[in-house]
Amino acid sequence: MIHALRKEFLLQWRTRAQLMAVIVFGASALLLFSFAVGPNAQMLRQFSAGFMWLGLLLSSTLTLAESFHAEMENRALEGLMLLPMSPRVIYYGKALANWFQLVLLGCALFPVMVVLYDAGTTDLLRLFLVIALGTAGLSAPGTLYAAMTAQVRSKQTLLPLLLFPLIVPALLASVKATSLIVLGDPMQQLAPWIRLLAAFDAIYWSLCGLLFGRVVEE
Amino acid sequence: MNKRVVPGIVLLAIGAYFGFVVTLATFNGVAGLGFGIPTGIQAAIAATCAVLGALYFLTIDDVGDSTAPAAWLAGAGVVCFAIGSYIGLFVAPPEQYMGEVQRIMYVHVPSAWCALLAMTIAFASAILFLLRTDWKWDARMEGSIEVGVVLAFLLCCQGAIWAKPTWGVWWDWDPRLTTTAVLLFAFLGILALRRFVDDPVKRGIWSAVATIIAYVDVPIVYFSVRWWNSLHQQQSNPGTVSRQFWLPLRANAFGILFLMVAFIMLRARISALRLKTELAPPPLAEAQLGEAV
Repeated sequence: MIHALRKEFLLQWRTRAQLMAVIVFGASALLLFSFAVGPNAQMLRQFSAGFMWLGLLLSSTLTLAESFHAEMENRALEGLMLLPMSPRVIYYGKALANWFQLVLLGCALFPVMVVLYDAGTTDLLRLFLVIALGTAGLSAPGTLYAAMTAQVRSKQTLLPLLLFPLIVPALLASVKATSLIVLGDPMQQLAPWIRLLAAFDAIYWSLCGLLFGRVVEE
Repeated sequence: MNKRVVPGIVLLAIGAYFGFVVTLATFNGVAGLGFGIPTGIQAAIAATCAVLGALYFLTIDDVGDSTAPAAWLAGAGVVCFAIGSYIGLFVAPPEQYMGEVQRIMYVHVPSAWCALLAMTIAFASAILFLLRTDWKWDARMEGSIEVGVVLAFLLCCQGAIWAKPTWGVWWDWDPRLTTTAVLLFAFLGILALRRFVDDPVKRGIWSAVATIIAYVDVPIVYFSVRWWNSLHQQQSNPGTVSRQFWLPLRANAFGILFLMVAFIMLRARISALRLKTELAPPPLAEAQLGEAV
């Protein structure tokens, strides 16, 4: 497990230019969202959480779709499968690495949101918790679907097609929770949304790990 | 006639007996046909037997069998649906508050039941396919996903048609509406996945995995959207539905159920036949063979 994780982080470190490109993509998406609403500061602030998560979601498909790129080259995945370990180790290594990358992406997009939409908060700890839980919800099914779509034609289309309907609850809860943190939470509604996110993560991190073995078997 | 259809017909007959004969007799003052079983349990027996009978037909769709069971089921479905629609449109009284628009309920509610049932069949087939790697479950899964997608699409359209005059909008972000839309897109994605994968083994396994993941999402989507927003009317049970609305609703439920199962059977047969040629391609024709040599 440690070795699988180490391999993933090594891979990510060597392709760090890609993460930078994805962050720039997400930031430019945030910039474009503001043109959809117009220069209405109050409206922008109100929808800021939604914009941030949509930006994150759109850019996450780029990282996820590419995440099995190295394994597909020279059929490296088959070599990995020959190692005397469960395919689940490969899955969890990949999913954790993707999660880490998405958390970085979320942390990078948040300041952009603060600057563009004037939607800041001092409650950084809880914000980080929401970003971590929300991106975990993207990463678990995203990694599984990436393993499938990396092997087929037109993977860039197929991954969002499969992933977007699935992560509706995670997106909804993340947007709601972020919005409550940024705009204030007079009714104490934050806790149920965080619980929902945690439940979604628990279900998909276990279910996808269970099913991954069947996806990559030859 | 093939003996294997007998249990299915018996189950459907029990369902029809409790669903229609006993209820109609009670309306017309004839008591004693229901063996003293309370009305609620009668309705439950009718629904269970109808669903079990219909599901039984799904399990006898092996390739090589004739399409006669499916054809008979489709015929029965059309008859039930015609009767139900006639009563629903012309005999049953208009609803007190919503008026004539409410008549769409007689197709809307059965479509919702059957769409969910079709997705559930797909989910069960996916699990069975992964456990047993028997190709007929792959075929059934494909059939039920396609039929489920069609029903879910019709459901969204009917819902929009009903929502415009009653709620004043085409679409509303209500839990059931949103869940249906999410379900529709999730399963459309799985059908797209099936089109993009050429290797039948990978296609079967991947779409089974995707089906399981998408189906597990349904209750989560439902509850998350319910927390988020709500406007849809509360679910009805026989106690809140007036007597005169029962008959068309039940007839249509049977009709759409039969049609759904018949379509899944026929569609699964097509997939199974296609799969057969994919797994073992037919030998080349002699002329082609000559060229190849």
